[in-house]
Amino acid sequence: MSTPGEWPLWEIFIRSQHGLAHKHVGSLHAVDAAMAMQNARDVYTRRNEGVSIWVVRSMDIHASSPDARDALFAPANDKIYRHPTFFPMPDEVKHL
Amino acid sequence: MTPAPDRALFQYLLRQADSPLILAQRLCEWIGHGPALEEDIALTNVGLDLLGQARMWFAYASEVEARMSGNARDEDALAFRRDAGEFRNLLLVEQPNGDYAHTIVRQFLFDHAQWLLLSQLARSSDARVAAIAAKALKEVTYHVERSDDWVIRLGDGTAESHRRMQRALDALWMYGGEAFVVDDVDAALVGAGIAPDAAALRAPWLARIEAVLADATLARPQDDFVQRGGRDGRHTEHLGHLLSEMQFLQRSYPDARW
Repeated sequence: MSTPGEWPLWEIFIRSQHGLAHKHVGSLHAVDAAMAMQNARDVYTRRNEGVSIWVVRSMDIHASSPDARDALFAPANDKIYRHPTFFPMPDEVKHL
Repeated sequence: MTPAPDRALFQYLLRQADSPLILAQRLCEWIGHGPALEEDIALTNVGLDLLGQARMWFAYASEVEARMSGNARDEDALAFRRDAGEFRNLLLVEQPNGDYAHTIVRQFLFDHAQWLLLSQLARSSDARVAAIAAKALKEVTYHVERSDDWVIRLGDGTAESHRRMQRALDALWMYGGEAFVVDDVDAALVGAGIAPDAAALRAPWLARIEAVLADATLARPQDDFVQRGGRDGRHTEHLGHLLSEMQFLQRSYPDARW
């Protein structure tokens, strides 16, 4: 077997008991998806954290560059009409 | 149907408790030494599951002992104040960790026997036994999946991992069948509908083991001699050493609290 350092890295996403979406919880090493799933179960869900697990190879995640922060995000802040803060929300509507 | 005498039930509960307890102790020897951080956590999680199962069986054994003699030992006394000759665990689980192949093969042989036994005990006429077994079965179902996975990965892995797995299998095989050896204690509980006839579980156990070994390209050892003795307190030399470490604190500082 290869050494742990050669095992590919996986990103782990867990959907919690009451959560609606999977949240990134961390990463781990595993040789394939099946082992990543088992390891995720043991490393991240042993205290009743989750009801569903996604595992994704880290190399398959394409991240935005920190250098592109201004170009991507800055314009959003000065367009106040994009933030729907003017509307009263009924209490019955959850998860907005 | 007459209820099994408490004496037989007590012995049976000790057997159910001691194997997971001793295997948990063996697995915790791997803490900080696992082949990868993830596997270190995963294997010792299994140990923690087993410790929890042992505690449930001990708690019930303690109640039965109270019913019997009015002078019951609690969980700690049963785990930490008995000598090797009083332990009822399978010889398989006290075998040393060896290399990772030995640890995995030991777990593999044990997990399948446990799964079959627990799935029967979950239908026990004793509601308490059934409840403990049903809870433990969920954990052991996962242990089986993990063990199968590792047996196949390592058996059908590199030439070196295959060689080590075959060596471990050959070395531990004679301990694998002890779980299916039955005696008077079993007979009393089978009669009362509390326990299944363990001897009948050997064939399905072999079938499950052989299927995984085939996937793992490992050869099932042909010699079916079964080394027995654990059920009667006759253990291999390894148990005393294990207990000296596991019981040290309670032996040196009885009732220590912190």
